[in-house]
Amino acid sequence: MSIFVDADTRVVYQGLTGSQGRYYGLLNRDYGTQVVAGTNPRKAGTDVDGIPVYASVTEAVAETGATASCIFIPAPGVRDAVLEAAEGGVEFIVAITEGVPAHDEAEFYNRLKRDHPGVQLLGPNCPGIISPGQANIGITAGHIALPGGPVGIVSRSGTLTYQALYELKEKGIGCTTCVGIGGDPVPGTSFIDCLRAFEADSETTAVMMIGEIGGSAEEEAAEFIAEHMTKPVSAYVAGVTAPPGKKMGHAGAIVSGGRGTAAAKMDALRDAGVRVGLNPTEAGEHMADIVAELAS
Amino acid sequence: MDLFEYQGKQFFARYGMPVSDGEVVFTTDEAVAAAERLGTPVMVKAQVHTGGRGKAGGVKFAATLDDVRTYADTILGLDINGHVVGRVWIEKASEITDEYYVSFTLDRSAKKHLGMLSAEGGVEIETVADENPDAIAKVWIDPVDGLDEVMAREWVSAAALPEAAVEGTVAIVQQLYTAYVEGDADLVEINPLILTPEGRVHVLDAKVTLDGNSTFRHEDYSVFDETQPRDERETAAHARGLQYVGLDGSVGVIANGAGLAMSTVDVVNQVGGSPANFLDIGGGANADVMAGALEVINNDPAVRSIFINIFGGITRGEEVANGIVGALERVDIDAPIVIRLDGTNADEGRAILEPHLSDQLQMAPTMLEAARRAVELAGTATPSSGEGSDR
Repeated sequence: MSIFVDADTRVVYQGLTGSQGRYYGLLNRDYGTQVVAGTNPRKAGTDVDGIPVYASVTEAVAETGATASCIFIPAPGVRDAVLEAAEGGVEFIVAITEGVPAHDEAEFYNRLKRDHPGVQLLGPNCPGIISPGQANIGITAGHIALPGGPVGIVSRSGTLTYQALYELKEKGIGCTTCVGIGGDPVPGTSFIDCLRAFEADSETTAVMMIGEIGGSAEEEAAEFIAEHMTKPVSAYVAGVTAPPGKKMGHAGAIVSGGRGTAAAKMDALRDAGVRVGLNPTEAGEHMADIVAELAS
Repeated sequence: MDLFEYQGKQFFARYGMPVSDGEVVFTTDEAVAAAERLGTPVMVKAQVHTGGRGKAGGVKFAATLDDVRTYADTILGLDINGHVVGRVWIEKASEITDEYYVSFTLDRSAKKHLGMLSAEGGVEIETVADENPDAIAKVWIDPVDGLDEVMAREWVSAAALPEAAVEGTVAIVQQLYTAYVEGDADLVEINPLILTPEGRVHVLDAKVTLDGNSTFRHEDYSVFDETQPRDERETAAHARGLQYVGLDGSVGVIANGAGLAMSTVDVVNQVGGSPANFLDIGGGANADVMAGALEVINNDPAVRSIFINIFGGITRGEEVANGIVGALERVDIDAPIVIRLDGTNADEGRAILEPHLSDQLQMAPTMLEAARRAVELAGTATPSSGEGSDR
């Protein structure tokens, strides 16, 4: 089992004909993902290394039965691309693009909730999602993830996600699904969405969570964990020593008015029974302990 | 992007909001000349990207031109929370009957826009929120619907402003919301919004933060980008397109990815060191990017050692290693470097680095060990330039 995507997920790549879209689309296909279509209104009827290109997501869905989309469109076009995907009939949208204005994100997030409540958006500004051995949608290097579970991973940071996958693999621990929710102010998928899905997934027995400074998503996740999670969770929060008022790379990663500090987030998680590591390695070690305890 | 008060007022004026006439000046003589043109009395207001100007003596009422000269002279060059005042805003003074507060920002939890309005303006809103939270009327606005007049009226009514201020405020909150949305702002705040003895509602201060991601549809925002407070290091990094934040320590940090860079800064602190910076070179880590990053770090006289922390994902270890080797050939680095290279094809990458290793270029197997080594080197290494480490 896995969450959100699996071997049956059929993906259309919006922006497949661009350099990034082509590069990662083909890498994802090599991994085993069902990359069934691309879109580009000006290149409809052509193909990218055998993958047919359609004018719109609606057309791609009709012709190929695509169930998910992956967006590699430059930031100014992401708003329209997300709405096109939802209207086109896919259930899961992965928006990789970074640099999308926060007002666009807030608008399409709410528009999806209202007009397309069945559609799950992941991102923007995220590395994507991988269910190892089944499907890899986005920019994660597939081979650093060990298939088979039992750990689910959800992360706000790209490279730290890879780090987490890698550390688990080094310890011989597999992953059911690894979701990079991204570091933007309005992520389409939240920690809670993933925690809920992992809690319901029979193959996932523990969850590793990687947060960072800014906002209150980690605190909200902590509340959810305390109330609804039966599965053990380990966590790491980046930016313990980040100075207030400075954006640390991600648009969302900023401590303002004393809110959103890593210390507050770690405390909230600890209070919810989460094993919190002070660095990614320590969080990985906590997870290894959890997996060993579950096995015995 | 944070705007100065006067830029914020100019921004608001574009959307029809009533702001006072004023001029931004850089010298005392210019201040006096501006006040002469505007007519006294005027306000002399320090323009800095920080709060607490009033308490620090950065905002003064000047009844006469002599006052303007005295105050401008004192305020220019004043240090307010580490921000040295380089420009002041001379504005026609307003008579104040009453002070209010209004702002819009994104509520990331609700994923909606949040408007806050209070009849208790002129003080810090955090103080009001702590001491008298009921005095703040909040409205959550679905970005799809926006703020219409009916909602605006209900909201203003909930804030219980005096009758005389209602109509003017209803108009201004709608203009402010339009400015917030059309202008792609992260924050717009007016504190205080005032009622004058003549019964006009007027913008007396402006705090605006614009979304740096929106510049593709606001070409004119480049003028605001130029006035962002950056130290020399940040300016150099910005020019190279690197995500850089200057810190006060001695260990230069280079990492790929914002999360890993943040984590690297944390780990350096955890092992007893202090990072000189946060620097995210993004996913690629090729020789050009690496060379640019090393140049920026190398020009920081406070740096005693450099910690390069790279996790190869799609970018393979040998590409990263070649990037580092190539960069080192191009940039003459003074401080010793510790590299931690992990992830995809890390072994191949390490093999490429192996022949280049020395006291000046070391490798460590884990993030923690590399951090320890870099901190040790920062403690023992001689300063890269001998002097000029103060800033």
